[in-house]
Amino acid sequence: MNATEPMKAIKGGEFLIRETSAESVFIPEEWNEEQLMIAETCTNFLAQQVTPNLQRIDEQEEGLMRHLMDEAGALGLLGISVPEEYGGFGKDFKTAMLVTEKLGAGHSFSVAFSAHTGIGTLPILYYGNDAQKQKYVPKLASGEWKGAYCLTEPAAGSDANSGKTRAKLSADGKYYLITGQKMWITNAGFADVFTVFAKIDDDENLSAFIVEKDFEGLSLNTEEHKMGIKGSSTRQVFFNDCKVPVENLLSERQNGFKIAVNILNLGRIKLGGGTVGASKDVITSSVRYANEREQFGRAISKYGAIKYKLAEQAIRTYAAESAVYRASQNMEEATEMLIASGIDENKAKLKGTEQFAIEAAILKVHASEVLDYVTDEGVQIYGGMGYSAEAPMDRSYRDSRINRIFEGTNEINRLLTVDMMLKRAMKGELDLMGPAQKVAGELVSIPDFGAAEEEGLFTKEKKYIANFKKAILMVAGAAVQKLMMQLSKEQEVLMNLADMLIELYVSESLQLRVEKLVGLRGEEACKEQLDMMRVYINDAAEHIAKSGKEALNSFAEGDERRMMLMGLKRFTKTEDINTTQARRNVAAKLISENKYCF
Amino acid sequence: MRGGAKERVIAGVCLCCMLIKAETHPSTPLKRGIAQSPAFYVNGNNPLAYFSNNINLKNKILIMKILVCISQVPDTSTKIVLKNNNTSVNSDGVTYVINPYDEWYALIRAIELKESGIATEIHLITVGKADVEPVIRKALALGGDEAIRIDAESNDPYETAHYIAEYAAGVGYDLILCGKESIDYNNGTTGAMLAELLDLDYIGFATGISIEANAAVVNREIEGGEETDACNLPLVISCQKGVAEARIPNMRGIMAARTRPLKVITPSGIAAVTEILSYELPPAKAGIKLVSPDDMDELVELLHTEAKVI
Repeated sequence: MNATEPMKAIKGGEFLIRETSAESVFIPEEWNEEQLMIAETCTNFLAQQVTPNLQRIDEQEEGLMRHLMDEAGALGLLGISVPEEYGGFGKDFKTAMLVTEKLGAGHSFSVAFSAHTGIGTLPILYYGNDAQKQKYVPKLASGEWKGAYCLTEPAAGSDANSGKTRAKLSADGKYYLITGQKMWITNAGFADVFTVFAKIDDDENLSAFIVEKDFEGLSLNTEEHKMGIKGSSTRQVFFNDCKVPVENLLSERQNGFKIAVNILNLGRIKLGGGTVGASKDVITSSVRYANEREQFGRAISKYGAIKYKLAEQAIRTYAAESAVYRASQNMEEATEMLIASGIDENKAKLKGTEQFAIEAAILKVHASEVLDYVTDEGVQIYGGMGYSAEAPMDRSYRDSRINRIFEGTNEINRLLTVDMMLKRAMKGELDLMGPAQKVAGELVSIPDFGAAEEEGLFTKEKKYIANFKKAILMVAGAAVQKLMMQLSKEQEVLMNLADMLIELYVSESLQLRVEKLVGLRGEEACKEQLDMMRVYINDAAEHIAKSGKEALNSFAEGDERRMMLMGLKRFTKTEDINTTQARRNVAAKLISENKYCF
Repeated sequence: MRGGAKERVIAGVCLCCMLIKAETHPSTPLKRGIAQSPAFYVNGNNPLAYFSNNINLKNKILIMKILVCISQVPDTSTKIVLKNNNTSVNSDGVTYVINPYDEWYALIRAIELKESGIATEIHLITVGKADVEPVIRKALALGGDEAIRIDAESNDPYETAHYIAEYAAGVGYDLILCGKESIDYNNGTTGAMLAELLDLDYIGFATGISIEANAAVVNREIEGGEETDACNLPLVISCQKGVAEARIPNMRGIMAARTRPLKVITPSGIAAVTEILSYELPPAKAGIKLVSPDDMDELVELLHTEAKVI
């Protein structure tokens, strides 16, 4: 690639070393009329069919979840991103993400929906041959058949490739006989089709198979008793010489792990979208309750302690949402470019997503932790009622927690974030070395006091974000240099680096969104969004400083450490702002609108 | 008050629980200019002649064209803010939806009639400027073959009815359905005025509609019971709860809405017969006091001293 070429599309992970223009990002304020209609259909579907039935769903009333999936299928919601030739609607990635976000407020239903449309459908759509796609995809897109995905085993969770399930060819060569045990299988209780991962004979890597529920040798355990998402069917699936026709091998032998990883990339960013939707819903409940509940003669929303919580819930959610759709747009553009270069559409989708696997992992971690924060504060705002099973916070609190565990735990995803970044640098795909050396040079030079620059509305924040990048390049560069091959074993340092990257990516996405929004609507109409941006970036600077310091203190010593700590201080310095007033402004808007309104 | 004309307040209705003081111009004849206007006749004939042509009685096949009147209203959760010294409503940030009576009952019943093979074509009509188009397309996403937007701004039921009548007479419909009222201004008179202007029969506040041969069988709630009316087509019916069940637009409908025609018609000018003078927000609701069922003394005390009803 020619380094002197002007502005090329941004690649995955490049946010650390490149600037992005506000015009190039997609912001949710730009949804078109059709997308808004689709979103409304999702919201109405939840309001009419799911929300009134949450208790019955959680009790796993016989046939109810299947019925709700049928209804979602009848509305076309199960085939949003499936190509029209396979009975879907061929919508773009952002629209599919919007649907995931809107249905994200559906508790156990949203888990069933996401599992079906994601891991249940996509392996066959993306890796199936024509006959497999023709046979299964239209039925999955319409909802006639429900899908599930069997990867995890009792002893193979995060280390998915270590599974013990085996497949061997039958004597007549017509079948694979699969034997093994799969665990935590979402939708297992009512699924018709399972994508099952198993190793053929003594293969090193997994292969994937399409298994129908009626294939001989497949059986289900009873439902798991879970902390939350109680309405979601989760069972063990047993395979006892399960007879799978040879034509049901998905993709090539030993290609299963790649399928699993690539499908999980998609699942991760989708989980980011779904948790944003759930967060918005919890905020609306929180605001309404705070406006209704009176103590000491006034609504509790009038008290600063509650305003702080409401504002912080909204700020974090708005920031996460900005990052989710920025990355979705990037994936979509990368896919379009690959298609334009002549690559098959499905392969292009996978490759486009894979390019932004770092961002997907970041979003999975960040948005699931935002939802946990939002629900935790939701419970607190509800006070005693927050602890009562009669109020909605009980379910939200319990259902939120799984998001930090499934689709790769947040710890695995943090490790992956840094690991993928460094691997790309080593492969020469991402030039971290040059910028890192530049920062190292800057450390020993006289700081730039830069007073001459004319100040625009976003000058400061852009400068802070540029400095965050320097802070990360400095700490990461030093860690690689000092620890070398040991770095992969220093998980605490990797966690620190991941946290810094997450804060950078989200801060920058938020800043770009607000900048674009001000360009569209004018400064006066975006006062609260500007406040949200200022508060978030102010706090991000502190988080980045803390993580950086922790990392540096763990491996650097003497003068070098002192110099880098001073550099870190310089790169995470922000001007003092009145965050209390800014949060009050954000809260005032929420309170007056009586809902999440950004 | 306008131009010193003799005026009276005719309504104190509510726009999302807001009081409106409106005036009417009593000198305005209700059927002003309509019946006499040649533009309202198809080939110079009475519109009724056209309507009845659509019913093929000989073969007992109904070839029925339905017109559904759609209006745009603020979302029910909208917080109404007044401006210009309480003479207009601030529309900034307001989300608009299809008037529920038009959508859930009139439009869905029309769609059901088409699905059951009774109707062949559904047209949707609305009166409004270009900013109402998202709402009419939303209606098209539910169903309907064609939409018509009369390019005019109207909060006056007579003016609205006039425009719709002007268009409908030129096309000829066998059945015209509308909601019993719009949930913003709650006038509830457009349907009746429309029928009058088109010289058609009118049944208001229907709770059920079926079509048998060339007649509509309509259920209505009346004081202490229900009445069933039968009326030959064509006619105008205003609909309320019971006529149909709400539906959610599906993906197929949403995607088709883009491709369905939306005609924009420039209406002939007509002056509204009512003018809104001012709006008032209702007084804030007083807080609710909960009294323990075991404490009747306190209840009596409160009813006496605070509510002052006993």
